[in-house]
Amino acid sequence: MPKITYVQPDGERRSIPVDAGATVMLTAVANGVPGIVAECGGAAMCATCHVYLDEDSQEVVPPVSEVENEMLESAASGRRNNSRLGCQIAMPPGVDEIVVHIPSHQV
Amino acid sequence: MHEGVVIVGSGQGGFQAAASLREEGHPGPVTLIGEEPGLPYQRPPLSKGFLLGKTTAQQLELRPAAFYAERGIELLAGERVMAIDRAARTVRLASGAMRAYAHLVLATGARPRMPRIPGVDLAGVQALRTGADARGLLQRLGAARRLVVVGAGFIGLEVAVVARELGLEVDVLEFAERAMLRSVSAPVAAYLTDALVKRGVRFHFSTGAEAFGGEQGQVRTVLTNRGDTLAADLVVVGAGVEPDDLLAREAGLRVQGGIVVDAALLTSDPAISAIGDCARFPAPYSAQPLRLESVQNAVDQARCVAARLAGKSAPYDKVPWFWSDQGENRLQIAGVAEAADEAVLRGDVAGGKFSVLRLRGGRLAAVESINSAADHMAARKLLAARVTLTREQAADTSFKLASLAAA
Repeated sequence: MPKITYVQPDGERRSIPVDAGATVMLTAVANGVPGIVAECGGAAMCATCHVYLDEDSQEVVPPVSEVENEMLESAASGRRNNSRLGCQIAMPPGVDEIVVHIPSHQV
Repeated sequence: MHEGVVIVGSGQGGFQAAASLREEGHPGPVTLIGEEPGLPYQRPPLSKGFLLGKTTAQQLELRPAAFYAERGIELLAGERVMAIDRAARTVRLASGAMRAYAHLVLATGARPRMPRIPGVDLAGVQALRTGADARGLLQRLGAARRLVVVGAGFIGLEVAVVARELGLEVDVLEFAERAMLRSVSAPVAAYLTDALVKRGVRFHFSTGAEAFGGEQGQVRTVLTNRGDTLAADLVVVGAGVEPDDLLAREAGLRVQGGIVVDAALLTSDPAISAIGDCARFPAPYSAQPLRLESVQNAVDQARCVAARLAGKSAPYDKVPWFWSDQGENRLQIAGVAEAADEAVLRGDVAGGKFSVLRLRGGRLAAVESINSAADHMAARKLLAARVTLTREQAADTSFKLASLAAA
């Protein structure tokens, strides 16, 4: 089964099996993964589900949309080239694993 | 025994208070009491994705059941608090159970205001606040053909967009002369109204509902105060809310259009806080105490109270922000405008990407953004920094809000 792996700032890793289409944000919230706040519930309104995508994972997910791009500019932990909003990343079909790194703070 | 924190109301604010207390390392019991059955859930999608089938009931849940169990949060769902005994520091539940508190947090929220007019109890006339309201509406939308929305506020317009998408005929009645009169400036209201008109929504401004007519208990018509009769098999009332302050009032707490709290969000009883939609609080940027209805307000006030109970007391001073999704248009608001504030337009209205800056005495008071997330996020920072801005700077789009925020 495909999985999303969350890496905490201290290096702790947790992998959660998911179906294709599951988002990084909803999966984290539903499984109590710390560090994903998701205040707006997935509307790309709050930038509190910010994650850093692992290098290998960057190629398998669709690119950043205009709205996501603008919201990421103001994420609480600094934006990097691999910054994404977890609510905007869904597990693509046929992909085994997405790895995301959780930033030190979201608000 | 270590006495704990009891939270009345399990909406966004109550949930966040419980979660934040544990994040802050609160050692004692935490009890979260909500009138609605089931797990605490988020309300914003109820008027948007949920009605379109894009958001499932499970996705609305703020956290799974295990979250509460793992953190030792006692969740009493489907339980109503009947009374607060301030002398004994206990609350009494409808089931007869009692809970003692060292501190009580009132997060009782608000209830939809329903017009007291004939026919308001007919089937097919409803408000939209709770999950049960939304499930009822979802079911009715499937069979309905003609929707009348009473009130052109956020909820009313969001429902109107969804209903058009589902193929219903939609009429919107609004007592004021334009939509969202209390919440946004005229240019933003005009843009969003126009977008809905293009989708086929019919607006009736300066028009109220006087009666709902029915057949066999089911709504069939809406009679307006202009004497017109509109056909309807579904009516959604989005005419604002009243703070749910009955419990506080009966307990003798100070109540005035909401539960009155101080800058630390304490009520007139220092063992009781109030947060979210039900609380009227002093804001550094407003001459009058405010009562705000938003996720941000509920969440940030919950965090403020949890931090105080953990010994990190600080006045509540967060910048308010709001959003509304109306079809392809995203409205984001930072700050709280007053009717008299100046409105300065920046951006491309025809292209559907602009912001309206609201200025009060040379200070930025609020920014309303249409499809302009960068402006919105910059505005939050500018408002937090309480910047002064001339009218010229506000109108000059070569003067980037984001660069000012970063400076």
